[in-house]
Amino acid sequence: MRHGKYPFIIGFLVVPVALYCTFVVAAYIQSFQLAMTSWSGFGAIKYIGFENFQKLWNDDLFWKSLRHNLFLLILLPIVTIAIALVFAFLLNVGGSQRGGVTRGVRGSKAYRIIFFFPQLLALAIVAVIFGRVFGPDKSGMLNGLFPDSWSPWLFMADERWAMTCILVVLIWQAIGFYVVLFSAGMGSISSDIYEAAALDGASRFTLFFRITIPLLWGTIQVAWVYLGIAAFDAFAIVNIMTVDRGGPNGATSVLSLMIYRNTFEFSQVGYASAIGVVLFFLTLTFAALTLRVTRRESIEA
Amino acid sequence: MTEIFAKAEVDRRTLLRRAAAVGLMATPAVGMLSACVGGGDDDKTQQQSTGTKSAENPLGIDPKAGVEIIIFNGGLGTAYSTDVDTPLFNKKWPDAKVTFSQTEQISTVVQPRINAGTPPDMINNSGSNLMDFGAIVKAGQAADLTDLFAAPSWDVSGKTVADTLVPGAVEQGSYDGKPFAMNYSFTVFGLWYNKKLFDSKGWTVPTTWADFTALCDKIHAAGITPFGFAGANASYYMVRALLTSAAKIGTEQALKDIDNLKPGAWTADPIKKAAAAWGEIGNKYINKTFLGLKHTEVQLQQNQDKLAFYPCGSWLENEQAKDTPPTFEYAVAAYPSVTTSDQLPATAINAAAGEIYFAAAKGKNPQGGKEYIRAMLSKEAALGFTKLTKSLTVVSGAADGQTISPGLTSANDLLGKAGKDVFMGYLFDTWYKKLDDESRAAANDLMFKGGDADKFCQRMEAASQAVAKDSSVTKFTRS
Repeated sequence: MRHGKYPFIIGFLVVPVALYCTFVVAAYIQSFQLAMTSWSGFGAIKYIGFENFQKLWNDDLFWKSLRHNLFLLILLPIVTIAIALVFAFLLNVGGSQRGGVTRGVRGSKAYRIIFFFPQLLALAIVAVIFGRVFGPDKSGMLNGLFPDSWSPWLFMADERWAMTCILVVLIWQAIGFYVVLFSAGMGSISSDIYEAAALDGASRFTLFFRITIPLLWGTIQVAWVYLGIAAFDAFAIVNIMTVDRGGPNGATSVLSLMIYRNTFEFSQVGYASAIGVVLFFLTLTFAALTLRVTRRESIEA
Repeated sequence: MTEIFAKAEVDRRTLLRRAAAVGLMATPAVGMLSACVGGGDDDKTQQQSTGTKSAENPLGIDPKAGVEIIIFNGGLGTAYSTDVDTPLFNKKWPDAKVTFSQTEQISTVVQPRINAGTPPDMINNSGSNLMDFGAIVKAGQAADLTDLFAAPSWDVSGKTVADTLVPGAVEQGSYDGKPFAMNYSFTVFGLWYNKKLFDSKGWTVPTTWADFTALCDKIHAAGITPFGFAGANASYYMVRALLTSAAKIGTEQALKDIDNLKPGAWTADPIKKAAAAWGEIGNKYINKTFLGLKHTEVQLQQNQDKLAFYPCGSWLENEQAKDTPPTFEYAVAAYPSVTTSDQLPATAINAAAGEIYFAAAKGKNPQGGKEYIRAMLSKEAALGFTKLTKSLTVVSGAADGQTISPGLTSANDLLGKAGKDVFMGYLFDTWYKKLDDESRAAANDLMFKGGDADKFCQRMEAASQAVAKDSSVTKFTRS
């Protein structure tokens, strides 16, 4: 080991570690501390033990919000990955085979760019745009497309469908990125494998399920982790798009929105921190579970 | 771009670990929302400027100390501050430099500064992102304004500041009997309509509930939505309409009970009757799509004569100024009597001071902040404010004899007709934000989802008692 290696490494690490400690670790510790208080956000801090968590247990809105987060956690990754895989497959190997070489559908390069566009828009802009798409009267884009004889669909104003609308927006926004991610993954699968399979008379369907998916499994798991994290957030879309922010009647409330509202609107920073602590453990559990599952991955390209 | 992903593919474990790390970082990002308002030490009071009190300087400000003010930039704009108030202030105190800033996000900008012990001297706490003022008062962060209201008026000789204000103005900014906030603008609430449309159709403003529903039938037959409000973000306009009706049935006491979290306040007879009457309007005359619309969208529909009556305050005309066609002339009517045995007359209205301005108790120059407020409460500044914002102020009679706009004239007439039957309304919405939130959802439910008055009352009663029992919520009372 050469002399002077450590100062060199430390030199690199000092700034990021200091930043991480200030803005991540310290924030965590403070959240845990505040979760034990009844602090309003101003003035003196009073410790109340686990009372906030007790209150949380009895808070209907908390359970509702948690259910909505779980709804997103289950459906967002599944639907996004399914659609993105299909698109990526079509873009890369779904087209005609010429001279034994598989290629994407016609114009796949242009599609690839178009699919990525939503990723470039700020989330707030996406929310405002979809607010118009889901407009509840004839001025809304979808309602405007429906025949005049239909009574308008309420979308965000309908308790049964509001959360689904949120899901649709999140999926629309996410798909482009995963199409590109999966395309890259597929690009690294040797075309020999496809050719061999094609020679054996495998259909496109078989190619997709027997070759593409197993060889992409690792990438899919990465996507799963990212999308799971997005499902725990969803704050911006919910805050901007929904009726009565998180309504109607709490039908679209999520944990991150509850944290924000309790902190900045209800002056219950202690309570908000308690929700933050719960969210911390949920995210930790999710990340740990996902990592555990990935340890069993076996197929390598 | 694809190469980047392809390289990451080489070592999936690392990538996965990194992905998980990102996940962990997502939580502190929300955790930091609370952490960034950290601190909260009580003894961070800094050196504060003071001067010698005199007849010319009743608040004893230091004539050379600067004053920092922050103004919410919303419907009222900020020109009244930069073009009227500050020049007026500097005419008297040329050496006191006024540092002006403005924001649309009061809470995000000011709350961290208050907690760090370095607040601006005078703060305009307004907008949808305003700070919970009750909590600020309890934390001792707002300066006591008693000396300000007792000081001589800026430009009305022989009167104190309090003497020059409309009745209830000081009370409305008082917490447990002490004034901490100056509510500057004076808002008249009622049912807003297009006078030109009503005149052309021969519709007259109703005074009884039977007249109201009969007129709604006529309006409905003409293909116009009779009544509506924006459920997506402005259902509190509906809450105010409902509670105004309740106060007319059972006097303002009904609202005081609600503010004081008295058990049974929400299930009392006046509230039930008002909820039943309005629920019926919701069932029959509202456009159900309004639940998903924002206030600007509904207000625009009214400007297009697709909606007849809209419950709102007198800021409406100014807010819609650029969308109002020449065929539209704003006018306001009092809410019709609900029953024949209403305790207040049909002309009674709810008019309240709004837009909080306060001096920070722990700023560098709280007396300077107060002096700035005193300048705002001069007749000259008040008239300037009304001219610029088309909104009345709590300075009584400041805009008398001025022709400003049809809507404002209509509101002024309404005030005149109401005489002594003007009531301030309720404060629970600023005292207990959580209850305010529940009332918005409950009003939406009542008006758009079947008009069940009992459900409305029970739900609000439960929410009110939950707040009453919650020891972490600071309580206030009024009488």
